[in-house]
Amino acid sequence: MPVPTVLAAVHAALPAVLPTTVPGGALSTVDWPLVLRSAPTIALGAVRGTIPLAALSFVGGMVIAVGIALMRLSRNAVARGVGRAYVSVVRGTPLLVQLFVIFYGLPSIGLVINPWPSAILAFSLNVGGYAAEIVRAAILSVPQGQWEAAYVIGMSHRRALGRIILPQAARVSVPPLSNTFISLVKDTSLASLILVTELFREAQKIAAFSQEFMLLYLEAALIYWLICLVLSAGQARLETRLERHVAR
Amino acid sequence: MSPVDPAVPDGPAAPSRAEVGPALVTVTDLHKAFGAVRVLDGVDLTVHRGEVLAVIGSSGSGKTTLLRCLNGLETADSGVIEIAGGARVDFGARPGRREVHALRDRSAMVFQHHHLFPHKTVLQNVIEGPVVVQRRPRAEAVRDAEALLDRVGLADKRDVYPVQLSGGQQQRVGIARALALRPQLLLFDEPTSALDPELVGEVLSLILELAHEGWTMVIVTHELQFAREVAHRVAFVDAGRIAEIGPPDQVLREPQHERTRQFVHRLLHPF
Repeated sequence: MPVPTVLAAVHAALPAVLPTTVPGGALSTVDWPLVLRSAPTIALGAVRGTIPLAALSFVGGMVIAVGIALMRLSRNAVARGVGRAYVSVVRGTPLLVQLFVIFYGLPSIGLVINPWPSAILAFSLNVGGYAAEIVRAAILSVPQGQWEAAYVIGMSHRRALGRIILPQAARVSVPPLSNTFISLVKDTSLASLILVTELFREAQKIAAFSQEFMLLYLEAALIYWLICLVLSAGQARLETRLERHVAR
Repeated sequence: MSPVDPAVPDGPAAPSRAEVGPALVTVTDLHKAFGAVRVLDGVDLTVHRGEVLAVIGSSGSGKTTLLRCLNGLETADSGVIEIAGGARVDFGARPGRREVHALRDRSAMVFQHHHLFPHKTVLQNVIEGPVVVQRRPRAEAVRDAEALLDRVGLADKRDVYPVQLSGGQQQRVGIARALALRPQLLLFDEPTSALDPELVGEVLSLILELAHEGWTMVIVTHELQFAREVAHRVAFVDAGRIAEIGPPDQVLREPQHERTRQFVHRLLHPF
């Protein structure tokens, strides 16, 4: 039986199951032409909004994360304190509030930032806080002997970190960082609240226009899910690649 | 003396004292404490060019710390280490990073646990120092590395990762990595202590060959039979000091000090 027929049958049966006070409107029929017409727009929202937003924020976040992780591992007490405070603030406040402070709050002290830069800034700062802890743990997981071996061949601290320690830490941090990235992809939907045109905002606009809320929001959910499936597959491949020199 | 360890191959006797040249390393009154524990308590030592010095002593006696200070991996509290050719570090005067690096530039260390870089192939491990730190031309470094790998009997392993090697092979790559730096001084920190017994021989015989080639080496070891065979002199470290130093036959067979006698006896007759 074709899927539409099944769904139509389900929907036809719904009024009998549901209390009569529930309006049948949105559920009674699936507007397949609307699905076909809206899908490209929402997908374009993903390609032009969600994906670049997540990718750029992740890159920015990783730069922040490595910096904060190094501060937290520093011998300098001030650097350690600043790093710890940063992580505490970022993890202790909601992302939505961080986004609103930057986009709606900063203008009142004269700092107006456009929606896109605001979103990238907020997401980068946020991801930076979470990923800093992952990077810190990953650096600590590399045996001390690796530092010493690097020093013995004449490397400075910085070079040892870049050539010997971070490449090994990267392998350890792929699974947790993949989680962070996948969370970030979904969190970018919050950017719709500061007027960034992305996947969810496109779905909202069509929903408001067509009044097909259930349909459009399920469609948005499905597209997020598909993106995350692709990312999970990518993670698996990356892990295999990075583990080729490791004994199990 | 115990029967000859089968792991140590028969070879020519240790190079004679006459081949040994002028002082290469001079250590003067070296002190180092970890908290309240005085690990090094006034070490004075001279290692001559071309000399092989074996350092023995019980765990915690300070022998490994001494070795690590020679390489700047550990910072002593006071005392002076000088390596001929311009490296002189006075630890009492809070030396800068540059001075400590000068020590490191002249020596190379082989660790108990090889500490090869697991994300790099055997060849990449060996050329990392020459190419990245010493900035030698890559082609030249690769040529040298291949010769060294051939030297340690692992030419066919150049493109495999360390995890694919046996413990003895890993340690031999560790030695090749140290030699590639063209150091004046080779430091070995219990190079066979982490190996399965049947893999000890291949590493010891390689070190023995290097000794005959004239490398200056300081070897911290528990293999007394090996020490006797490879070293010009044996130093017995006890309670942060060099309690006794001299030719192997003297220190290992006719120790002057009671502590040395006990230690040697314990190692030769474990039960």
